[in-house]
Amino acid sequence: MNASSSSQPLISLRGVRKSFGPFEVLRGIDMDIRKGEVVAIIGPSGSGKSTILRTINGLTPINDGVIMVGEIKVNDPKVDKVKLRHRVGMVFQQYNLFPHKTVLENVAMAPIQVLKEPRSLVEERARKLLGEMRLPDKADSYPGELSGGQQQRVAIARALCMEPEVILFDEVTAALDPEMVKEVLAAVRKVAEDGMTCILVTHEMGFAREAADHIYFTDKGLIVEHAPPAEFFTRASDPRTKEFLSKVL
Amino acid sequence: MGDANVLARVLDWMPFVLTGFGLNVLMSLLAIAIGTAVGTFLGLGQLSQPLIIAVPSRLATQLFRNAPWLVLLFYCIFLMPYQVGIGGSVIVLPSWLRATIGFSFPVAANFSEIVRGAVNSVPRGQWEAAEALGYGRQSTLFRIILPQCVTRMIPPWMNLYALLLTATPLSVIVGVEEALGRTQAAVQALSDSRMLIPMYLALLAMFFIYAWPINRLSLMLERRFRTK
Amino acid sequence: MIADIQTFFRHLADSGINLTIFYDAFDFERFITGLGNTLLLILLCSFFSIVIGAIGAAVLTLSKGLGAAVVRGYVALFRNTPLLVQMYFFYFAIGSIMPVTKNDIGLPVPLLGSFSWAVISLSLYSGAFNVETFRSGVGAVHQSYEEAALALGYSRMQAFVSVTVPLALRFSFASLANNLVDLTKATTVAYAVGVAELLYVSNQIWSDSLNTIEMMNVMLLIYLVLTGAVVFIINRIETAMRLPGFGLGGV
Repeated sequence: MNASSSSQPLISLRGVRKSFGPFEVLRGIDMDIRKGEVVAIIGPSGSGKSTILRTINGLTPINDGVIMVGEIKVNDPKVDKVKLRHRVGMVFQQYNLFPHKTVLENVAMAPIQVLKEPRSLVEERARKLLGEMRLPDKADSYPGELSGGQQQRVAIARALCMEPEVILFDEVTAALDPEMVKEVLAAVRKVAEDGMTCILVTHEMGFAREAADHIYFTDKGLIVEHAPPAEFFTRASDPRTKEFLSKVL
Repeated sequence: MGDANVLARVLDWMPFVLTGFGLNVLMSLLAIAIGTAVGTFLGLGQLSQPLIIAVPSRLATQLFRNAPWLVLLFYCIFLMPYQVGIGGSVIVLPSWLRATIGFSFPVAANFSEIVRGAVNSVPRGQWEAAEALGYGRQSTLFRIILPQCVTRMIPPWMNLYALLLTATPLSVIVGVEEALGRTQAAVQALSDSRMLIPMYLALLAMFFIYAWPINRLSLMLERRFRTK
Repeated sequence: MIADIQTFFRHLADSGINLTIFYDAFDFERFITGLGNTLLLILLCSFFSIVIGAIGAAVLTLSKGLGAAVVRGYVALFRNTPLLVQMYFFYFAIGSIMPVTKNDIGLPVPLLGSFSWAVISLSLYSGAFNVETFRSGVGAVHQSYEEAALALGYSRMQAFVSVTVPLALRFSFASLANNLVDLTKATTVAYAVGVAELLYVSNQIWSDSLNTIEMMNVMLLIYLVLTGAVVFIINRIETAMRLPGFGLGGV
């Protein structure tokens, strides 16, 4: 505990605010995520969980506050987006694989086209990642030929292939049938166990409890409380957290 | 010659050209009326079950939809009689009227497709629900399906009208003295090549001012119906 | 063989169906020239109108300022005015202020002839429709695909070119086929500025040989075959580019 809190956080958010028109979705968010940590963000729908993730890799620009990823200041309008997105990977709820590219191309195209890495090297890495995601024989299929769970594992491999320092998981199981949730969660757990820094927005309380080092609870654009899972699920102090947990557990 | 002079000379000829434009509007209104009436029958014909009606309706629709407007115009001008006798009286068909009939064919074919598309866009479940309630095919079509898709047919119908209006100057080729023909006559009378561009721009503006609001309105209605 | 065909159509002519193009060498040659010019118009104008449509849609998607306003103005103007008046405007009005060169024997020759003006006019007219087709194709691509590319470090331009465009193209085929059929039909308007295309030569032939009905029917048949061919070709391309599991309805 002491050792980790003294080290510099990999990602920090300070006073982050974001409005969509008159509607304020983030009303001052502070977070610190250290290297190798697995953080789960939970909370009711519309509480701004996904928006937090999207501000970290700059997909959603913020109105106020500071976001740092390593030494990169994300809210700087002149930020080097390629460098930022090399370090921060993302997996989406709807997978968002490119339907006109094969599985292997989906995984390998960004490192080749964006990071300008040599094709042979990237494709070798992509095949290895597909193997780890237990999809070694799907390299030449198109996304439309795969099940939702398989597509989501390809999306995880695609994020990993950029060799990022942190991966954002945005409700990655929410669009899946129940029987596929397990295979995708197993894949996410493997990524976490291999030492990747992970930030997950999830509705899977059981998974958050087992896999996360730290839980953040958001409600109406604010972080109501945060704690390690054992503490969070047994001794939540805020009434809003208690009410939420009583509904979902 | 100053710019003001050019403008004055264009304006001088505008009443003459606008009278011709009136003929464009008249032809377009008549052709859309005939085309919509015939197109409704063709469209319902395409949807009807007896093949003896469906197949000819489909063939006629495809024929008149894929034939160039100008070719259909030539058919009507060259092959239609100059006058028809009904009973004892003889009705003379002036070329603008024969051209109007020529325009009605592609309009009917396009409207036939609009009807078919609109009816097919109603979910299958509506037909099944009506059948389950004891409606026959005819009454399902007229009482359940068509009332739902009339609003959906209005925007493409308006687009079709704007398209028809911008096609009417083709009739100048077969000798109808509409706005384009009158512009050519005016340009000839002016016999000044500097007047060519202003006169043609004025003619383009005339059509634009008439057709653009129709297309805009159609787009607005389409958006409104879609969100319903 | 050719002699047999000619003999057959001569006999047919005696029985009232006079298709001079199948036995008279002069009419046959005129007819083939007209058909060739029509095909050339279709090919050239299809190409240029698709290029115009693609550029216009790209400008509308990627820019919000002056460029987009210019493209919107262009589309509105060309869609809401008659093609024939546009063509006359180009050929007679703009043509009147174009430089004139002299040929070998010193006669004045306009820099652009009627064929060139017809190609320009038809391409601009059809291009305006293609801008809207490709623009709505881009609109049909869910923005999550672009976002996924951005999250992988692609710039907006890169994401547009390598993700949005290939998918947008697949949403555009039906409407594009429609536009190209309309273009094929519209090539007849080049008749009005004296381009010797199919309608023009057919008109010449039936004026000389007095076989109006026969020539009109032949001509109509050819246009139906041409529009059918356009649809067939686009459908073939669409099928070849179809993606497994990626339908028009799904995201």
